[in-house]
Amino acid sequence: MNGTFITIGERTNITGSAKFRKLIQAGSYPAALDIARDQVAAGASIIDVNMDEAMLDSERAMTTFLNLIAGEPDISRVPVMIDSSKWSVIEAGLKCVQGKCIVNSISLKEGEDAFVAAAKLVRRYGAAAVVMAFDEQGQADTTERKVAICQRAYRILVDKVGFPAEDIIFDPNIFAVATGIEEHNDYAVAFFEAVRQIKATLPYCHVSGGVSNVSFSFRGNDAVREAMHAVFLYHAIAAGLDMAIVNAGQIAVYDEIPLELRDPVEDVILNRRDDATERLLEVAERFRGKGGKVREQDLSWRELPINERLTHALVNGIADFVEDDTEEARSRAERPLDVIEGPLMAGMNVVGDLFGAGKMFLPQVVKSARVMKRAVAYLLPFMEAEAAGKPRRSAGKILMATVKGDVHDIGKNIVGVVLQCNNFEVVDLGVMVPCAKILETARAESVDIIGLSGLITPSLDEMCYVASEMKREGFDLPLLIGGATTSRVHTAVKIAVNYDGPLVYVTDASRAVGVATNLLARPGGADYAKTVRAEYSEMRAQHAGRDGDRAHAPLAAARANKARLDWEDGYQPPRPRNPGLTIFSDYDLGEIAERIDWQPFFQAWELTGRFPEILDDPVVGEAARSVFADAQAMLGQIVGERWLTARGVVGLWPANSIGEDDIEVFVDESRTGVRAIIHTLRQQMARDRKPRPNLALADFIAPKSSGLTDWIGGFAVTTGHGVDDIAHAFERDHDDYRAIMVKALADRMAEAFAERIHERVRKELWGYAPDEAFDNEALIKEAYRGIRPAPGYPACPDHTEKSTLFELLAAEDNAGISLTESFAMTPAAAVSGYYFSHPESRYFGLGRVHRDQIEDYARRKGVPIRDVERWLAPNLAYDPALGEN
Amino acid sequence: MSGGREQRRAALETALDQRILVLDGAMGTMIQRHRLEEADYRGQRFAGWPSDVKGNNDLLSLTRPDLIAAIHADYLAAGADIVETNTFNSTRISLADYGMEELARELNEAGAALARKAADAWTEKTPQRPRWVAGALGPTNRTASISPDVNDAGARNITFDGLRTAYREAVEGLIAGGCDLLLVETVFDTLNAKAALFAIDEAFESLGVRLPVMVSGTITDLSGRTLSGQTPEAFWNSVRHARPLAIGLNCALGASQLRAHVAELARVADTRVCAYPNAGLPNEFGGYDEVAETTAAFIGEWAEAGLVNIVGGCCGTTPDHIAAIAAAVAGKPPRTPASVPPALRLSGLEPFMLAS
Repeated sequence: MNGTFITIGERTNITGSAKFRKLIQAGSYPAALDIARDQVAAGASIIDVNMDEAMLDSERAMTTFLNLIAGEPDISRVPVMIDSSKWSVIEAGLKCVQGKCIVNSISLKEGEDAFVAAAKLVRRYGAAAVVMAFDEQGQADTTERKVAICQRAYRILVDKVGFPAEDIIFDPNIFAVATGIEEHNDYAVAFFEAVRQIKATLPYCHVSGGVSNVSFSFRGNDAVREAMHAVFLYHAIAAGLDMAIVNAGQIAVYDEIPLELRDPVEDVILNRRDDATERLLEVAERFRGKGGKVREQDLSWRELPINERLTHALVNGIADFVEDDTEEARSRAERPLDVIEGPLMAGMNVVGDLFGAGKMFLPQVVKSARVMKRAVAYLLPFMEAEAAGKPRRSAGKILMATVKGDVHDIGKNIVGVVLQCNNFEVVDLGVMVPCAKILETARAESVDIIGLSGLITPSLDEMCYVASEMKREGFDLPLLIGGATTSRVHTAVKIAVNYDGPLVYVTDASRAVGVATNLLARPGGADYAKTVRAEYSEMRAQHAGRDGDRAHAPLAAARANKARLDWEDGYQPPRPRNPGLTIFSDYDLGEIAERIDWQPFFQAWELTGRFPEILDDPVVGEAARSVFADAQAMLGQIVGERWLTARGVVGLWPANSIGEDDIEVFVDESRTGVRAIIHTLRQQMARDRKPRPNLALADFIAPKSSGLTDWIGGFAVTTGHGVDDIAHAFERDHDDYRAIMVKALADRMAEAFAERIHERVRKELWGYAPDEAFDNEALIKEAYRGIRPAPGYPACPDHTEKSTLFELLAAEDNAGISLTESFAMTPAAAVSGYYFSHPESRYFGLGRVHRDQIEDYARRKGVPIRDVERWLAPNLAYDPALGEN
Repeated sequence: MSGGREQRRAALETALDQRILVLDGAMGTMIQRHRLEEADYRGQRFAGWPSDVKGNNDLLSLTRPDLIAAIHADYLAAGADIVETNTFNSTRISLADYGMEELARELNEAGAALARKAADAWTEKTPQRPRWVAGALGPTNRTASISPDVNDAGARNITFDGLRTAYREAVEGLIAGGCDLLLVETVFDTLNAKAALFAIDEAFESLGVRLPVMVSGTITDLSGRTLSGQTPEAFWNSVRHARPLAIGLNCALGASQLRAHVAELARVADTRVCAYPNAGLPNEFGGYDEVAETTAAFIGEWAEAGLVNIVGGCCGTTPDHIAAIAAAVAGKPPRTPASVPPALRLSGLEPFMLAS
């Protein structure tokens, strides 16, 4: 979603953020780093760092902060804008950054000589520069002065200094408008016009600005400020503005500002009437204190001509009037099909363009699709009644399926909706679709593309199988691969070798349309596929050199370096208060809802950012607020109308670790009879440089030889009972938005349920932390004692171990959760795992395992090595077909 | 002298347009073969030096110039077009290990003069094929953007200005000794390289000369990044302002592991590309086993794929390797620099681009 407009994070600017200033003044650099990290996580492409504060040693603060950033790869992956009005601070910053940064700023303020000297130094340090429209006479406020200064600066930089034009970023000064002073009224217009002329006359340069200045006279009235920024940006971007330093939380979406506010704001920004300021002041009072959040419903769009009404409804996702409007359009059209191919498709094209340009986000697009589907559903009977109904022209027909053994389909459904929005016909075979059915349907329906999705790791293997079957049966259709565990590398290394036809890995829904369109382009599709194939074969070549060489510990050495807990030092494992099984047959949904971790919910909708900051994000905030409000409303219904049934089972059993990496679960506390063995895997990364253990989960359970009586727990919970019926009902009602929403919420609730049950295990059922008191945030951060790792996930990636756990729990009888042949849990909104109570037990990633461990593990489990290699394929450090070097 | 330098520079540009040029191989590997002792390193001049100096290979430019000259001659005979000066560690920062900071300028000048003499001898022998001298500027033994203290990520044991002063001194010595070009090599921390490039630009301005500069980074392991965390394209964006004659990669990896990264640079760099890998990955004794034919076969393939303009060898390579590499690239056309549209190109650890 990288549009061409760049937002520069401004929260690490001491002059703009009181919070950041206080942290720096107090020397709280770790917390200051968090602010930088949050900005990058929220999508800032560049971070602006400013330490200009009279009471601070700014050079030193700049140096310290940038040196610290260098040690944080999740921050330093993006470029830095070094921002100061003092050259000494800028230079101190330039000496700390290995990447190519932007200096903000230099200008002709002190005359040409000083400007040339600064520009030469910027060049020597290898940075780009923001150049202010500022000269010996002062800051430029008219179009003529702005343009003249920028042109003069450009000629000096390009002709005299040899500064690359593409590294020049002009800042033609954004000043406050509606100040009551008449000369200020034209400031925004002068800026737009200056941007236009600068871009037209000075090749390759860029233009930036600090937007929040424009609304300075409305301090304290966030609703109006937001609207002013949105309107200003709308016109500035149209004029050619490339980037802006923006105040997060104060940007609204232009189209969604109520007209009664937007019009007077636009009058002010564009200086359209003499009384613009007075009128805005009048309106502003009505919006004061609303913070832009409360918006009155504006129905003025109902006055528009019919085609524009349909477009408005599609873009804004308003389904309330769509049937009436569709009827009106139909009554005027010659044939019902003309309504689809005319105004409806035109409206969807607008949606597609806005989405492609990064101006609309996934939840909004899915809502648009709902309106479209309603309209099409309304027209269907008319089209069927029409004798000579010719088929709709579609962009292509795409078969989509979640592969056999897997039940997860939120992502696949989203991709399907987005494709449909773009006039593709989608044949959705649902979940757990066997290979044969995929291929049969592809033939019967003459589809143009096959798309496979999967979430759990065994699905990767199934996808390879489908690909090889396609090859065997002579298919040459394009094959798309997507879903949470898939990756470009996996597609290149494992799937591409099984299939000769076009093959593309699709990161997310926003890419799907582009990929499908490219693949089906005539001409060009074949070339596109070829290019992708060449990329994949390059990746394969890179990958081939990769694994075998990495240093690793042989299994014996890894075991010798196991985690040594305090078994000999008087540690006494806690005995559970409620040993055995505890069953929850209809858990209180309200209690679960309170514990939802919302961050992954936004990820499911492809909105990146941290919760709750994402709600104020300048780019996606609007979309995030809207989908969050819809989620809250539906959550109310789920709880109030008991749409779902939460069921779960917990087991706590006597256990000891044996051998090196296995855990014996005993029949009873006599610890004589063994009921089951849980097999765990051990990390094999080389640890010679860092003195850290090679962990296996078994390390967290007291060894039998210690004589200690330890315990292990297990659980399986679901909030998925009832989801499918409700989702289907929405789908029948052409409401994909809510069908996806209910599944996404059920997923979140299952996680929250697992979190709540874990808390009760710690406090009550096992009871080793009866007085634990954490708030929800601390719980989400897992600050408590003990862990609940899940088979199939990083610490124990073998999904097949789930069958042992499910037997112990009798999970099918007790919680209604069963396992597919790939060990996916169904219903999909389910969580299972083990409980470990030792204070030092912690989550870890297994990493790559080597042949010696695979052989040992297969022997311990009593299964063929080949099977283990198949289930653990993503974790193998070697290619079973080649052997380990 | 300076007239000769101008002519040589013009000849270098012409040669680069016509063919793939060959750089020499490892200096250290060749020195090791002579199994020198402490006394060899000291010679007469440093007989009474208070600390051990064995291992200070750059010192041999003063104490065993015959040996260094012979190594240069061996590489030139093997077919190297460009020899690198024996000055990899000749900054006052690295020399501090031996208490020899004050020798920095002298070592650079002497190292450059030795290589100059050797190259000129071969240019005289084969005037149709002139030879050039590249002044080697190593990374030093410190990093400006990585903390030496695990408990304090903001700590540094070298500053940009410390590096810049040390590099300036080295560069002035190299230029005085008669180098044709400068080679900022084995860059594992781009901030160190930026300090070197800064110092080079300052030195050029004050001396009124301007030599071509090559920059060669090091991908330290199979992560595909420099030690300081940059991807090859981010690294290129960070040093592109110096308008180098060539950008490239050397050391740490063998040709087989280095290829993908060289290809990545070749894709994005609108200048020439150089690459001089190690003779494979080190064996368990720290030695290099890859034979000349193997290395040369990989590099020959790079030439065929149009990835390179200048090739050579790093650790573990010998005159045999260089002869085989020269044969492998002979007659193969040099890469044409990538044409890239003007755009604002920045970098953190990863590249950023905004089209103009």
